[in-house]
Amino acid sequence: MDTLLSVLELKKTYEVKKSIFSSKKEVIRAVDSISFELQRGSTLGIVGESGSGKSTLARCILFLERPDGGKVFFENKDLTILKKNEMRALRKDMQIIFQDPYSSLNPRKRVLETIGEPLLFHGYSKKGDLISRVKDILKDTGLNEDFLNKYPHEMSGGQRQRVAIGRAIATNPKLIIADEPVSSLDVSIQAQIVNLFLDIKEKRKISMIFVSHDLNIVRFISDEIIVLYKGKIVESGKTEEVFYNPLHPYTKMLIESVKANFIRKEPVLNDDHYEGCAYYQRCNVKKEICRKKPPSLTGDKIHKVACFVNDRSV
Amino acid sequence: MEGYIIEISNLYTSFFIDTQVIPVINELNLAIKKGKVFGLIGESGSGKTMTALSILRLIPSPGKITGGKIYFEGKDLLSLTNREMESIRGKRIGMVFQEPMTALNPVIRVGEQISETLIIHKNLSKKEAKDVSLELLKKVGFEDPGKRYIQYPHQLSGGQRQRVLIAIAISCNPSLLIVDEPTTALDVATEAQILSLLKELIETQNMSMLFITHNLNIMKRFGDHIGIMYAGRLLETAPVGDFFNEPLHPYSRGLIDSIFTLRTEEKRLKVIPGFVPKLSELPAGCKFHPRCSYVMDICKKDEPHMKDLGNGRWIRCYLF
Repeated sequence: MDTLLSVLELKKTYEVKKSIFSSKKEVIRAVDSISFELQRGSTLGIVGESGSGKSTLARCILFLERPDGGKVFFENKDLTILKKNEMRALRKDMQIIFQDPYSSLNPRKRVLETIGEPLLFHGYSKKGDLISRVKDILKDTGLNEDFLNKYPHEMSGGQRQRVAIGRAIATNPKLIIADEPVSSLDVSIQAQIVNLFLDIKEKRKISMIFVSHDLNIVRFISDEIIVLYKGKIVESGKTEEVFYNPLHPYTKMLIESVKANFIRKEPVLNDDHYEGCAYYQRCNVKKEICRKKPPSLTGDKIHKVACFVNDRSV
Repeated sequence: MEGYIIEISNLYTSFFIDTQVIPVINELNLAIKKGKVFGLIGESGSGKTMTALSILRLIPSPGKITGGKIYFEGKDLLSLTNREMESIRGKRIGMVFQEPMTALNPVIRVGEQISETLIIHKNLSKKEAKDVSLELLKKVGFEDPGKRYIQYPHQLSGGQRQRVLIAIAISCNPSLLIVDEPTTALDVATEAQILSLLKELIETQNMSMLFITHNLNIMKRFGDHIGIMYAGRLLETAPVGDFFNEPLHPYSRGLIDSIFTLRTEEKRLKVIPGFVPKLSELPAGCKFHPRCSYVMDICKKDEPHMKDLGNGRWIRCYLF
């Protein structure tokens, strides 16, 4: 297998005022030196709580948000040095699907225009054969041609998400990033959309990054997963390896809290600054060293973890 | 009947929009035993929240309760005057809404929002109310109630706000607590905390609970009895253990299959085909029949009624 995407030390920080009147600023490291590789045809799941930097990471990879540091290589092209028009041409190969199909579709455009736009823009289709091209795409997403002239408000959430997926696959991309694509949908519809993703992946050999807080879905759909906490990778590896043998206390906690009743008092968080592990305050197996310096991600291709307590290299 | 905190029989609620009548709750029968948790499960638009609002008589206009009885502590809530209802709402029946971000007033300190309920319902003085509020904040898991009391909602995280809402809801020791998707907006870890808090409260406060959620996984480990709603109707009710061992209604089976087959041997999730119908465009007969794989001729014509299968199980399906 060859590498489609490699991300090297990617960083994105935001400065936030401590309070409205304060001149002091707090630096939030939304994406903190993240590196990983995505093989062609495989699916990478990114899990983490809200605020862990999942969505920022997704947006930085596509340069929808400009990262502050690090590099992104897509098919060995360095995206950080590409010119605007080169980047625009590359957009057809990398697409994104957002969480909320209610706000990610233009309410004034019909399905034909929504899906047809990227086809015309990137020269995949001429006005003459546009309708038949769009019909084919709709069929792949499980919608019939009655939907061609519908506006978003005439469709349900699941149907809208199908249209958003149709727009993303229209240009036959090599990479699709899906940012919480099912979490706003009903349970019975979620399963349909997850299956649709699997069908598309199989049929079109698209590589995927699937961002979600739902561990069960990520487990079902991904070949490898990355667990994010406060902008850092705390654990990564082959999906089954991470699920059957979680090493980081945070991953363990996530898996436990999905599986069982989990009685846990809120941790006492104090604001004092220290240099160590980001998970230190919430951790229940911490040691003295965890406070002093941050652990680095160690291990092999199958399983990596950033934790002093369950170090893979020891 | 003895042993039940609330009994709803033949409840009908409809919305009257222009000349159209849109039924949101139809022939709903439900009873909650004292000290137990009843989980009401359904997808969006299935009538879960409307059931809760009907109990509290808070159905927004142009909606109206058009029939049925709701017995709570021996009184039919639907026959009470508005004044009488006010003394039950918030006092005997507490409610926690879904959105912890919007349910609190952003410009009032959270402590005062708890005190307010106590001053209104229990006639406490400001000072007494504050003491009780501090006690409540402690009960819902804050280790520093004094500091929290003077904070504003924006200074709290989502999970903390949800705790404050729970503190308000239990402030008057209600005998019934209605919680509507209390953890949907929260992370898995925070969700686990809130659930364990609720569980603790039921055990220590002698409270019954109507737990509304779309998440079957939560009910599996939390509820005593479960009700599955679809298109404004209950399709199945059962004790939680029996239900997960053997779900009977085709819709229930489909729901369970689409979540619990997350095993890796399977290549695809089993799905319920089709879409959740709009309440204004419901099919004739059984409302689930267009999506049902066991559909028979009669299902398309006549709607089945709830049938008693014994052992606390009821089902709305011609297969049984």
